[in-house]
Amino acid sequence: MARHIVASAGEIPPGGRKLVTVRGREIGIFNQGGAYFALLNRCPHQGAELCKGTLIGLATSRGPGHFELTRRGEMLKCPWHGWEYDIRTGQSWCDPNDTKVRAYPVTVISGEALVQGPFIAETFPVAVEQDYVVIDV
Amino acid sequence: MTPQDGHTIAAAAPSPTSRARLKLIDCDVHHALRSSKDLLPYMASRWHSHLEDFGRRRPVPFTAASPYPKTAPALSRTDSWPPNGGPPGSDLVFLQEQLLDPYNIEYGMLHLLMSGMDERNQDLGNATCSAINDWQHEHWTQKDRRLKAAIVVPGEDPPATVREIERWAGNPDFAQVSLVTHAIEPLGRRRYWPIYEAAAALGLPIGLHSSGNNGHAVTSAGWCSYYVEEQHNVALSQQNLAISLVCEGVFERFPALKAVIVEAGFVWVPSVAWRLDQHWARMRGEVPHLTMKPSEYFRRNIWYTSQPADEPEKPEYLRQSLDWLGWDRLLFATDYPHWDMDSPEQAFKFRMTEAEQRQVFAENARAVYGLA
Repeated sequence: MARHIVASAGEIPPGGRKLVTVRGREIGIFNQGGAYFALLNRCPHQGAELCKGTLIGLATSRGPGHFELTRRGEMLKCPWHGWEYDIRTGQSWCDPNDTKVRAYPVTVISGEALVQGPFIAETFPVAVEQDYVVIDV
Repeated sequence: MTPQDGHTIAAAAPSPTSRARLKLIDCDVHHALRSSKDLLPYMASRWHSHLEDFGRRRPVPFTAASPYPKTAPALSRTDSWPPNGGPPGSDLVFLQEQLLDPYNIEYGMLHLLMSGMDERNQDLGNATCSAINDWQHEHWTQKDRRLKAAIVVPGEDPPATVREIERWAGNPDFAQVSLVTHAIEPLGRRRYWPIYEAAAALGLPIGLHSSGNNGHAVTSAGWCSYYVEEQHNVALSQQNLAISLVCEGVFERFPALKAVIVEAGFVWVPSVAWRLDQHWARMRGEVPHLTMKPSEYFRRNIWYTSQPADEPEKPEYLRQSLDWLGWDRLLFATDYPHWDMDSPEQAFKFRMTEAEQRQVFAENARAVYGLA
């Protein structure tokens, strides 16, 4: 486990995402309203590139004839079979007990703190005056 | 810093390595027209103006929508849109890159979801089917020898259908005859028998992929409200079709005829056959033309493609279903590029022996379609 700098803080706009490869793993980094989340780019169901899926809301109902759409942009829908995952946890909505996508902790750290290390910057240039998105892999 | 482990992938994935080594025969691959104009070069000029002035007349139930593509645009994986434009399945190079090459596919059996069979104007329907076959031949099977087309026929006009079958007979690019399954009558009826006679004589299986419109609801219980219902009900309509073929005596009259039911599941087959056998034992006098138990026709004349493979709570249940069905009956299919595609490496979450894999993923199809 090491910390990897994967983006500068302004690079991924709210609602946006960036695909990175860290230690051989493809990982999607999501910016949800200023909070960052990271998921492995592989759907546990049949192996599709999950992080290329659509970000949708969560449709729920308290009974026939009623519906609510909440948590807009926080559910990731697989490009193949449409399985829905919570980008905050990687948990599957329909099969929460048995199906999870690996999620990685994400933090935003100032360049000033980063240059003190120990971080793996890949080939990422770090400027002291900027903030960076860092994931633990 | 404390290593904070995220969540792990809990669903057990079978090892892809053993299947990846296999050469596969994919029995349901969807190519697509970039535009309906792609067919015009193969149609007489009369139809060019006809299509502009009058258009097609299909018995489609919803005025602004096909009853099918509901869950994803073009019914397809959202990652299957070709980078150079056009709908999913319309770009051969991208289809090669995304399907044929990475999955080591030896043959891909093409099923175009468009047909002229459910066109009410029969002359237009006939011209459409012929144009589709010319287009498939020139743009797909001649460009990639792994791809095998189905002869798309205007099945409501059996003489025209027989002519179209004979036009391609002996051409190895065409491996089966494709009928829409939502036909005007159940496909076992005698009006369709000239088609079966021609197909059986030429050794061409009949490919029955859920398709077409006949103005009736997909389910005999009436129009369903949700796509989630319909997605299942198309399988019920295929059961009706299989029962019709068996009970009308199609396989009695044409014992060499092969029928391949595409994309309708297979776990239902044993229970349908058990029940039919039971009814037959009590009502045989009504159908004396059936000299064998209905289940024996299912076991002799009908094959089933695998996708979408059921995902029972215990994967081993699927093995039991296959034991009941007969391992020689199942033909692997991806259904690429549709949204409910099965990955060869991930479908069937139970372990198969190498011999079983060879059967399901290639050899059953090789035998049915007479592939080299």
